[in-house]
Amino acid sequence: MSITTPTAPTIDEAAPQPDPNAPVITFDHVSIGFEGKKVLEDISFTVSRGETLIILGPAGGGKSVLMKLCDGLLQPDSGNITVFGREISHLKEEELYSARAHIGMVFQESALFDSLTVRDNVAYRLIEEHLPDEEVDRRVREALRFVELEDKIDMFPSELSGGMRRRVSIARAIISGPDLLLYDSPTAGLDPITSTTIVELIIKQRDVSHNTALLITHRLQDAFTLVSHRYNEQTKAMEPLPDGELDQNTRFIMLNEGHIVFEGTTLEFILSNDPFIRDYLS
Amino acid sequence: MPFNTIDQFVKKNVLAVQDFAILSLRSATNLFRRPLYVSDILIQADLIGFGSLPIVILTGFFTGGVLALQSASALSQFGATGITGQLVSLSMIKELGPVLTSLMVSGRNASGMASELGSMQVTEQIDAMRALGTDPTKKLVTPRLYATIIMSFFLTIISDGIGIAGGAFVAVFMLGQDGSQYFHTAYQVLRFPDVLQGLVKPLFFGTIIATVGCYFGMTTRGGTQGVGRSTTQAVVVASVLIIAIDFVISRFMIGIFGR
Repeated sequence: MSITTPTAPTIDEAAPQPDPNAPVITFDHVSIGFEGKKVLEDISFTVSRGETLIILGPAGGGKSVLMKLCDGLLQPDSGNITVFGREISHLKEEELYSARAHIGMVFQESALFDSLTVRDNVAYRLIEEHLPDEEVDRRVREALRFVELEDKIDMFPSELSGGMRRRVSIARAIISGPDLLLYDSPTAGLDPITSTTIVELIIKQRDVSHNTALLITHRLQDAFTLVSHRYNEQTKAMEPLPDGELDQNTRFIMLNEGHIVFEGTTLEFILSNDPFIRDYLS
Repeated sequence: MPFNTIDQFVKKNVLAVQDFAILSLRSATNLFRRPLYVSDILIQADLIGFGSLPIVILTGFFTGGVLALQSASALSQFGATGITGQLVSLSMIKELGPVLTSLMVSGRNASGMASELGSMQVTEQIDAMRALGTDPTKKLVTPRLYATIIMSFFLTIISDGIGIAGGAFVAVFMLGQDGSQYFHTAYQVLRFPDVLQGLVKPLFFGTIIATVGCYFGMTTRGGTQGVGRSTTQAVVVASVLIIAIDFVISRFMIGIFGR
């Protein structure tokens, strides 16, 4: 798929706001439903710059819907969503394209374009921005090197394993250096070893780029690995935080039947007496 | 049927028509908004136009042939087999060329569009495209719409020509008619309104094929089963609309030109 006429999103228009203390994402009494059924009801939370928010909850609780609301892929029925200081909940689709310029999203099933090679998938945004081929190739290789898949550059998604597809999806999300990353169940359906590889990549991305992230997961062990590990640039590997420390920039939200039933730090989450959370943790 | 069910059914269908109208209008006007995916239009034109050529040629040839056979059989009762060419040429150019070509293109491409876009929809590739800052109607629908309109026009002309040639083949080699008389009458009977009618129709039919195919693709729900459902619905709706719109255009043109 090649493109002939330029209209890359206007970066300035969508530039993150300068105030470093302002929240990156603000949900203010957001509700959404489909065919008369409420999926999310009166959801309010904020995500600060550099923070990782882990969203937990049983299947069908509205986690993916919440993620799509953050990226403007869905519009709420009521309430306001602010991303990088810009109210996105009532923007037209054309205006949303520029708002998404600083957001990278990893979809649940990777959502790679199956008729494009790995190179063209990862380069998609750069090709749309009409960057020169040399720069596109350089940045694609860089992104693929980050996810350790440089040798798969000419393959098609159907020729890759599930784990590899997720890694390509991560490369596609990070290639433009987004300030906000949205991971929609990046380890769903993967075996434990591959899941750990993906979590290691997320930790690496977090500790190298220090960007803000929202992550949905069903696997508690992935969530706890994220808060208890860091990426060591010397050894180029994930390692546990010293003295059993926990990452201070990671918070948890738990959704159940469209409502937030918990919001807080890792310790608050682990020590919660809420029967639903105790049940979930056990 | 309870009232609220009827109410929901009507609302759902009115909303579907509204969504279809919005998608069609947006994809048509995207031609005047950047970015314009010219290379995608060319790729689609190749897939739709060149790809449909074999079926259009075969359909055109055998339709012309069977028209000549049937016409000659009926005309022989009045001793008027000499005007077989007239009947074949008028029927092909005004009706059968545009309609049969469009039905063939619809069967091949409305289904292809619905299944391709439907698969992209259920695997979140359309959402991924939007998340990456690309308008799917510009990237996916507009190229298909304009490629189908342009290629339907040329495929119809080819089908008309092949149909008349097929009729000539049957008339000359099977019915023993004079070839030059066949082509002479076939040409002489045609007037400007006939040709205009035959050339206007594929523009409307091409629009129907692409918008219906893309609409059903873009609104696919329910996994692979949903893709199959969308594909079938796209072909059925496009085919029925082609025949219905053919009637409307014919009535309109006859009303204006008197033939």
